[in-house]
Amino acid sequence: MQDKIRKILKDHGRLAVDANSLAETTDLYQSGMTSHASVNVMLALEGEFDVEFPDHMLKRSVFESIASITSAINQIKN
Amino acid sequence: MVLPSHSPLVELARTVGAGTAANFADQVDADARFPHEAVTQLRAHRLLSCYVPQSLGGHGASLNELAFMCEELGKHCSATAMVFAMHQIQVACLVHHCHDDRHLKAYLAQLTQNQHLIGSVTSEVGVGGDMRSSVCAVDVNGDEFTLNKNSTTSSYGAQADDLLVTARTSPTAPSSDQSLVLLAKGQFTMEQTGNWNPMGMRGTGSAPFKLTGKGLTSQIMSTPFATISARTMVPVSHLLWAATWVGNAVASMTRVKSFIKQQARSNPGSLPPTALRMAELAPSIQLLRTSYRYLLTEYESINADPTRYDELSTIGYAVRMNNLKLSGSQLIVDIANKALQICGVAGYKNDSKFAMGRILRDAHAAALMVGNDRILNSNANMLMILKGD
Repeated sequence: MQDKIRKILKDHGRLAVDANSLAETTDLYQSGMTSHASVNVMLALEGEFDVEFPDHMLKRSVFESIASITSAINQIKN
Repeated sequence: MVLPSHSPLVELARTVGAGTAANFADQVDADARFPHEAVTQLRAHRLLSCYVPQSLGGHGASLNELAFMCEELGKHCSATAMVFAMHQIQVACLVHHCHDDRHLKAYLAQLTQNQHLIGSVTSEVGVGGDMRSSVCAVDVNGDEFTLNKNSTTSSYGAQADDLLVTARTSPTAPSSDQSLVLLAKGQFTMEQTGNWNPMGMRGTGSAPFKLTGKGLTSQIMSTPFATISARTMVPVSHLLWAATWVGNAVASMTRVKSFIKQQARSNPGSLPPTALRMAELAPSIQLLRTSYRYLLTEYESINADPTRYDELSTIGYAVRMNNLKLSGSQLIVDIANKALQICGVAGYKNDSKFAMGRILRDAHAAALMVGNDRILNSNANMLMILKGD
């Protein structure tokens, strides 16, 4: 799952660094992801993993790292 | 029980508004100059520190009271109201995010005495109007930093005693990784780099400036600006701006009422035909007021409960706050425009007691201070992922 997330971050996150070099807990926003880019990441994640993030999960803390994104997707899938 | 709309602080703002601010509003507008007289009065009543908690020597005003104060000032001088609102937005950022920082707390305690006016330097040449993006950076050397910034618009930049400035956290940080930095009097210079001769809100002095500053690293707020922006700066700005627009709307209604009354007196027993237009105007003002008050009540309840802070960083919340800005800034122009139509030529004449020119010109600033298209762009993006409305 993490490889797919990294690919999405690489394509849509507009990060200042290489998505493959990020640690799981690196803050994506501090790595250059803007609010605007984060929405594109969310849209891509929903498409890739066939999930829908409920509105209460559409917040900064859920999308701030690869670890938090992984945990959110697992939570929805289960 | 004293209603917040009649609390002692709001009464003071009402006095300053109806007195000094009203007396100098036309002169401030004509000369495009800072409303010194009204701000001096606000200082004299220690209202620049009213939002500072009582534990630090302030009045501990509620946001609700601040909004009523903005309305009161806005009824008479939009520029005074907007300067007051923008200053209080800076104070709120410091109050909500100073945590246990003794330096920032000491600054707020001093504010209750020195009544400094705090300016905001968030805009910058080269970021295309995006407040969440910076070109300039804090350059730290030991326990000191330097910070230089070219702003496109810094309201009352020539009059501000102290500043809150956004900047990248370091020269190597990406543009969205920002800090909020406090610069105190004597630590910076602001060189005005462009003219200020706008259509409205002429007393706010929102010219471009070149900032050169240096300070101590303890003046760099530890909370990331992303958090300060989402939790305080954006919502409080939209709420207090809307409150000043309500004041502006009430000002136009006041002129309409006295115009219609004059007509009614000249023909006793019959309702002037334009009285219906006045009655049509009232719901718009009510809509403007209730829309921001609803969100203000919600904000105050979330802000009082740390377990709910996260709600302020949701996309749904950001969209709702943006909706307030979009609808409020359109409503205020609509209201002022209709008020002008009702008063007709009497409202069109600048030297008439029903003059609507300044009010209408000021109202047009609402859609431009943070351009509505920028906000529509954000909302369009966020609505794609939001499931509810």
